[in-house]
Amino acid sequence: MNLLFNNTYYLACIGLIAIGLYVMLVKKNLIKVIIGLSLFETGINLLLIVIGYIRHGTAPIFSRPGLTAENMVDPTPQALVLTAIVIGVAVLALALSLAVRLNEHYGTLNLRKIRDLKW
Amino acid sequence: MRILISAILLTILVLGLAFALVEIPFGANQINSSLKPGRHYLENGVDETGAANVVTSVVVTYRGFDTLGEVTILFIAAIGLGAVLYTRGKRLPEVKPQPASLILQTGCRFLFPLILVFGTYIFIHGHLSPGGGFQGGVIVASAFLLVYLGCAEKKIARTGLAATESFAGLVFVIVGLAGLAIGGSFLMNFLPQGTVNTLFSAGVIPVIYAAIGFKVGSELAGIVGDLLEKSQ
Repeated sequence: MNLLFNNTYYLACIGLIAIGLYVMLVKKNLIKVIIGLSLFETGINLLLIVIGYIRHGTAPIFSRPGLTAENMVDPTPQALVLTAIVIGVAVLALALSLAVRLNEHYGTLNLRKIRDLKW
Repeated sequence: MRILISAILLTILVLGLAFALVEIPFGANQINSSLKPGRHYLENGVDETGAANVVTSVVVTYRGFDTLGEVTILFIAAIGLGAVLYTRGKRLPEVKPQPASLILQTGCRFLFPLILVFGTYIFIHGHLSPGGGFQGGVIVASAFLLVYLGCAEKKIARTGLAATESFAGLVFVIVGLAGLAIGGSFLMNFLPQGTVNTLFSAGVIPVIYAAIGFKVGSELAGIVGDLLEKSQ
C-alpha cells in the first residue's frame, strides 16, 4: 500500500500510456486512434516531467532573491518535453489531415473497411 | 486475436516501464552530482546566459540548435498538411456553415486584440517567467481560431501569415549566423546580458523567443485555417 502511495504519479503516467496504446491498437475509428496517439504522447511527456521532479523542489526560475539552485527541479527534462509537445502538435495535425483525406477517398473512417490498412 | 496481441504488448510495455522505474525513486534528488547537465544548467545558467528562467536558457542557448530543428519540423508538418489536404481528390458535397451565435460574433471582435496582447506578453517575458515563444505562439494562434469560429465572413490574409512566418524563421537563422560571425559559434549569445530579471536582459534570448513566437503563432494559425476551410 505504501509502495502505491509513494508512486502515484508513476502509476498515473503508466496508466495514461497503457490506455493510449490500448486505444491505438483496438479501436476501429481512425479519429479514436488519433486520440489514443495523443493520450500516449501525453503520458510519456508527463512521465519525463515526473522523473525530473525533486521532492519539495521549486520551478527552475530565479524569479526572486533567496531561491537557491539546490531546491530546484531538473530543467533538462522540462526543456526536452517542451520540444516533444511541439513535435506532438505537428504529428497530430498531420495525422488529422491524413484522416480527412482517407475519409474523402474511402467515404469512411472505419479502419476495418479501409482495405489497404488491414493488419 | 487482435485483443490478445494488444494485451500481450501492453503487458510487456507496462512491466518494462515498471522495472525501469524501480531504479528511479519518485522525488529523489538525482541531480546532485556535478556530472549531471541539469546541475550545471542550474548553477551556471544565470551567469552564463543572463536569463532568470533556466528552462528558457536550456531551450534557446544550450540546446538552441535543437530548437531550430524543432521549428523546422513544425514548418515541414504545416507544409505536409497543406500538401495532403489540397491535392485533388474526390469532393465531398459542400456543407454550408451555420453563422455563429451573437455571443461568439461579438466576443471574437472584443477578445481578439486582448488575446494577441496576452500571447505577446507571454513570449516577450519568456526569459523571466514561465512561458516563452512556443506557449505565446499557441495563444496567438488561439486568437486566430476564435476569429475563424466567430467571424467566418472575415478572411484572414494567408499571404500575411506566410510572410510573417518566413520572416521570423529568417530572423532566427540570421541571429544564429551573427553569433557565428561575432562569437565564433552558431547561436552564440553576442548581445550584452544586462541585469538579471529585467525585461532587457539575457542578450539574444528575447529576440529569438519573439521570432519563435511569431513563427509558431502564424504557423498554427495557418494549420487551423487549412483544416477549417477544408471542412467547410
